[in-house]
Amino acid sequence: MSFFGLDCVRKRERELERKLRANDREFNLSFKYATNAIKTSKYNLFTFLPLNLFEQFQRIANAYFLFLLVLQVIPQISSLSWFTTVVPLVLVLTVTAAKDATDDINRHRSDNQVNNRKVQVLIDRKLRSEKWMNVQVGDIIKLENNQFVTADILLLSSSEPLNLVYIETAELDGETNLKVKQALPVTGDLGDDVEKLADFNGEVLCEPPNNRLDRFKGALTCDGQKHPLDNEKVLLRGCTLRNTEWCFGLVLFGGPETKLMQNCGKSTFKRTSIDRLMNVLVLCIFVFLGFMCTILAAGNSVWENNQGSNFTVFLPRQDGNSAAFTAFLTFWSYVIILNTLVPISLYVSVEIIRLGNSFYIDWDRKMYYARSDTPAEARTTTLNEELGQIKYIFSDKTGTLTQNIMTFNKCSINGKCYGDVFDYTGQRIEITEHTERVDFSFNPLSDPRFVFHDHALVEAVKLQSPEVQAFFRLLGLCHTVMAEEKREGELHYQAQSPDEGALVTAARNFGFVFRSRTPDSICIVEMGQQRSYELLAILDFNNVRKRMSVIVRSPEGKLCLYCKGADTIIYERLHPSCSKLMDVTTEHLNEFAGEGLRTLVLAYKDLEEEYFTQWQRRHHEASTTLDDREARLDQLYEEIETGLMLLGATAIEDKLQDGVPQTIEQLSKADIKIWVLTGDKQETAENIGYSCNLLREEMNDVFIISGNSPEDVREELRHARTSMKPDAADTEPMPGRTLGKGVKVIADEAVNGEYGLVINGPSLAYALERRMELDFLRTACMCKSVICCRVTPLQKAQVVQLVKKYKQVVTLAIGDGANDVSMIKEAHIGVGISGQEGMQAVLSSDYTFAQFRFLQRLLLVHGRWSYLRMCKFLSYFFYKNFTFTFVHFWFAFFCGFSAQTVYDEWFITLYNLMYTALPVLGMSLFDQDVNDAWSFQHPQLYVPGQLNLYFNKKAFFKCALHSCYSSMVLFFVPYAAMQDTVRDDGKDVADYQSFALLTQTCLMFTVSIQLGLEMWYWTAVNTFFVLGSLAMYFAVTFTMYSNGLFLILPSAFPFIGTARNSLNQPNIWLTILLTSTLCILPVVTYRFLLIQLCPTINNQVMFKVRQAKASPPPLPRRARIRRTSSRRSGYAFSHAQGYGDLVTSGRFLRRPAMSRSAAFTHVGRATGFSPMGRSAGYSPTGRPQNAKAPDVEVTSLQMYRTINDPAL
Amino acid sequence: MVKHEQESTNRPDNTAFTQQRLPAWQPMLSAGIVIPGFLIIGAAFIGIGVALFVTSQSIQVLEIDYTGDDKTAPCYKCIAPNQKNCQCQISFSLNSTFKGPVFFYYALSNFFQNHRRYGVSKDDNQLFGDTSYFTSPSSSCSPYQYDSSNKPIVPCGSVANSMFSDTFQLYQVVNGTNKLVPWDGQGIAWWTDYSIKYRNPSVTPLQNAFNNTVKPINWTKPAYELDPTDSSNNGFINQDFLVWMRRAALPNFRKLYRRITQGDYAQGLPAGNYLLNINYSYPVVDFGGRKKVVLSNVSWMGGKNDFLGIAYLVIGSLCVVMSVVMLIVYAKFKFPDEE
Repeated sequence: MSFFGLDCVRKRERELERKLRANDREFNLSFKYATNAIKTSKYNLFTFLPLNLFEQFQRIANAYFLFLLVLQVIPQISSLSWFTTVVPLVLVLTVTAAKDATDDINRHRSDNQVNNRKVQVLIDRKLRSEKWMNVQVGDIIKLENNQFVTADILLLSSSEPLNLVYIETAELDGETNLKVKQALPVTGDLGDDVEKLADFNGEVLCEPPNNRLDRFKGALTCDGQKHPLDNEKVLLRGCTLRNTEWCFGLVLFGGPETKLMQNCGKSTFKRTSIDRLMNVLVLCIFVFLGFMCTILAAGNSVWENNQGSNFTVFLPRQDGNSAAFTAFLTFWSYVIILNTLVPISLYVSVEIIRLGNSFYIDWDRKMYYARSDTPAEARTTTLNEELGQIKYIFSDKTGTLTQNIMTFNKCSINGKCYGDVFDYTGQRIEITEHTERVDFSFNPLSDPRFVFHDHALVEAVKLQSPEVQAFFRLLGLCHTVMAEEKREGELHYQAQSPDEGALVTAARNFGFVFRSRTPDSICIVEMGQQRSYELLAILDFNNVRKRMSVIVRSPEGKLCLYCKGADTIIYERLHPSCSKLMDVTTEHLNEFAGEGLRTLVLAYKDLEEEYFTQWQRRHHEASTTLDDREARLDQLYEEIETGLMLLGATAIEDKLQDGVPQTIEQLSKADIKIWVLTGDKQETAENIGYSCNLLREEMNDVFIISGNSPEDVREELRHARTSMKPDAADTEPMPGRTLGKGVKVIADEAVNGEYGLVINGPSLAYALERRMELDFLRTACMCKSVICCRVTPLQKAQVVQLVKKYKQVVTLAIGDGANDVSMIKEAHIGVGISGQEGMQAVLSSDYTFAQFRFLQRLLLVHGRWSYLRMCKFLSYFFYKNFTFTFVHFWFAFFCGFSAQTVYDEWFITLYNLMYTALPVLGMSLFDQDVNDAWSFQHPQLYVPGQLNLYFNKKAFFKCALHSCYSSMVLFFVPYAAMQDTVRDDGKDVADYQSFALLTQTCLMFTVSIQLGLEMWYWTAVNTFFVLGSLAMYFAVTFTMYSNGLFLILPSAFPFIGTARNSLNQPNIWLTILLTSTLCILPVVTYRFLLIQLCPTINNQVMFKVRQAKASPPPLPRRARIRRTSSRRSGYAFSHAQGYGDLVTSGRFLRRPAMSRSAAFTHVGRATGFSPMGRSAGYSPTGRPQNAKAPDVEVTSLQMYRTINDPAL
Repeated sequence: MVKHEQESTNRPDNTAFTQQRLPAWQPMLSAGIVIPGFLIIGAAFIGIGVALFVTSQSIQVLEIDYTGDDKTAPCYKCIAPNQKNCQCQISFSLNSTFKGPVFFYYALSNFFQNHRRYGVSKDDNQLFGDTSYFTSPSSSCSPYQYDSSNKPIVPCGSVANSMFSDTFQLYQVVNGTNKLVPWDGQGIAWWTDYSIKYRNPSVTPLQNAFNNTVKPINWTKPAYELDPTDSSNNGFINQDFLVWMRRAALPNFRKLYRRITQGDYAQGLPAGNYLLNINYSYPVVDFGGRKKVVLSNVSWMGGKNDFLGIAYLVIGSLCVVMSVVMLIVYAKFKFPDEE
């Protein structure tokens, strides 16, 4: 985008290192660093015309027409007047220029808006408010909370202790969690003392501008001392300051040299397969054009030799040109005449159609998400028809299939299951938005967003049932959540995983409010009573342990260990007395798992003081020893976590987005293969796979590839393949067509039945290796759905690439986070889920909407229609232009190959622009075979698009043959009908002008009726366009042939009177009728027989619609899919490693814990709190956690407004 | 409520157009429409075909080739080059009355009036009577723009230069004497041509407008003297000239020469012997062309043309046949099947 702006920067000689001095503008100016003004616009008022024209003529089509124009001004060649080319060319150039101009004006506007933002700059020892664009390298600026960082700056000092600042980098890398940066102590001492800052004269020597976001190298010299600088001390443009009152920074890079701007390179230009096909066809057409012109030139040469040389009595050759030279000129003359084979309006029309179909996507109310007020958006307007050809969908899981919101849904306490709602007959009621909610008003500290429907549980809490209390006390104590209480009673939890957040919030609402923690205590409000538990140890979670425990001392002095973890793990450690309870709980667990819920088992153990003291001593020893510490600790944990008493189990719903299972079912009916690429663990991913219908119990088999060595993986892949298709094990892949660069296309292999494939992270890494990728691809492509777990962003892109490389299919990637960007960019079509995790995915995507379920509408309705329309457009457009042009070819044989046109020049000029433009546009904007409801009813309608059936080389060839026939009819019927005949008053009718009028009128009727045959959906607009164009043809023709225009410009309108004199003749009209009938009837016959003999899916559905005569009943809303499976979800924490050490260290308990922080800081965690997994924010319902800024946070009332989404 | 509206500011409009729900008619090629449709079209076409064919058959046409390339032909003597004022006679007889009004045409074949370079070789402004183009004709007329002495040619260009120059007289031989058949040279061109498209300069006498210009090279008399009998039929609005200037679409063409609408022959040419006197001057043998005269009358559908009638009959019959075929196919496959 910002090509020109950036180019100017690059033109300067390369900077090797950057040197700058704080508060010394003169010194810094000597280096001519870029200021902070950015320029993404391309043109200004004066450069617009030349630059834009230069760019436009770089397009091959425009250049071609310019070339034609040049040919046309050579009088010997010119077979057409200049205006036949100039008018369309100017029109096209103007439209494109207007579009470019508006785009550029918008860029100017956004540039101006950004450049004119205000920031406080230290100038002349005073803080002044300055525009962003006036900020220069070396300036010291002051940023305040929630402000955007102005430029890439070196952090000098901040309001927070230890000179920390918190920033959000959502715009930069899409991560919403806060990151910590810390200033050097030497600059941190400057504080907010303006005098000191103004005296600061540190010199920075650092790397030149580059686009690496994660690296910075430099050194600050001040007071003769050199301090190294790294990425931790630099704030980048595009970040937002959070939770920090103010900070000061020294500008290092400004404007175009900032890392943000250096990173926004031009996104790769995507083209659709139709585009590529069109390019091939246009090339073929050029060859064909050359071929035709050669034939005609040869004909001319023969004619000139035989007849022309004798005819020189009446038609002398110009300047005595030889026959051969005349033939040469004729070649070019025919190039001009036959140029309408590739009309310039093709490209314009294609763009218009795509734009129109993109607008439909933007306008679709059924893809509008009311809750976040987000409509769908087609960010790229040139890919629409590709949406109708998708064969593979690569989807992210978290945030895309799921809402990334965990809700505490059910629980089993002491053998009693809570969470379901029953009516008075004892029937379980489906929980909807209207189901009555539990009222938590008894608890002032409750989270208003928490929803629970089963009143029995809250009754149990109120009745002070000890088990229930212990259950929630455990949830309130055993976790690593941080609480923040900005105002009295307004608690905010910062949880590392949403699961934990959900559990702690549940405990909070049921009266066990976790309120605050210090490194050695946890304060909870139990049923309104504040109690402080002494935190003695956290036995943290990890992948092997699959459980976490805390050991606390209650205010009464009772020691207790609380443990939560995966059922299998905990069950092994239970006290034998629990066996009965265990059975009941297991039943509940199975039930939960069957509903796709993530379960945890809770247990506790009372500890004896002596034993614990002794254990604690050993623990201390173990944690201070150097060798084998981990193992020793593990053993200690193992020892104390035995003989546990079972409390119950929790079930957390990893809430799927609405309609996900239905969407996936629909898409797979449309023969689209869905691969889920997720960073999650295998168990979690598998579980989600089942709950969103991707994996089904009915599937013949679900293969799980989890080998730990390349050989294992290969063996497992082979095994899977053998069981799907016994003869496919060792055979070489079917030889498909060879793509360029020697890459073979792997043909689809048919298998019996439906299979699923789950592959875990390490196996995928092996499978993606070069020598195994084919094995993997073949196996995976034989399966209906594939789930890849623990995938890195790079691997996501690699998987997409792999499929793109060997399969000639159209791929779509859908995701919401920064980790999906690579695959979104790699796939043919990238879809971003908006409003979830930052903007990165959205910004790099081609289409965005708020909910996964809109994907089915995007593909099955918009995509299908777009593809259908584009194909119809292309085949009709080629037909109409070929027919138009071929007539010239036939006429050549009767006019001495002289490049005489058949039609009036005005007709040639206006044919594509006026007479036939609107009807075909109308068809391409409004046509549909069946409406959206039926499209959903019959997802199979999507299949022809995947197979490229509507428009391909064969269809194009058919089109050309059809045109050939039509053009012959169009020429020879009038020829025979007018031969030697006269008007009914005996005058001439076979004169050139009447003949031209007759042929062009026949052509107009023929192409209009043909369009009528193509069109399936006659709206009023279409009818108006078709009839209007015919009417316009006659109106314009009569005007052009009128006395008035002739009198104004006699030489431009020589056809005066032709229309009046010819169109009153019955034989002219009879000829028109005959010609159009003869052109159309064979087509009707052919199509009718085709429908009868081998009806397409479209025909079938259309007939069905016709019979139904009404729209089908809306798809029955599927009841919640309940599986009777015994599958069990594993321990559900989605994070990799706990951070109990951080909790106890107090490193991120900010101000209150300051005094302790030094003593507890762990070496490995010096960079502060940065969770490994996904965002730490937590919101149990509705809102995504990255509510843009605290000041726009929604009120609870807005949260609970009942929204009836029409799409459901 | 207000709040609600503010919240949904981005909600797209609910119109039939934006939601692609415009009411529409969805026609289909169903058997119920196509088969009867073909039958109806077939019947209609056969009807039209019969009418056309019958009409066409009733039109009388008499063609006489007088090229004279055959040694026995009467006009053989005229085809030698450099003949001046060569005349030849052709006699023919009519066995029955040639119903009037009779039109007299001359026909040329293998003559490329539709050649591009031929077609552009004229100056519309000049022919529109703009005298400024008399002195400097358009370059499109080249090489008939200026003559060898560099004087402008008016009317310039190949089209005008190649104007057909044979003239004819038709006599009925009545009892051994030749009785001239009177005919009308007016009203043979389009009204728009002689009233609007072509104009003489508004200079009187007309001849003055042509000062300092020369006549086309092939012409024997200047434009203002084309019709010595009628002064208003001279210059660019001479109807023979206009007929010639309306160039033919195809290399074989006929052009109206005279209409026999007056006097004794207004009702037609009675049976008997006729003599055609030809002032033969137009060379066609060089380029393999032929010259004919054609006598014809017309009907509501214009001149004789069997093609249309036959084509309608054939297509009509084909439609009927196809409808039967389609019916058979439909009966056999019965799409759409009721499942």
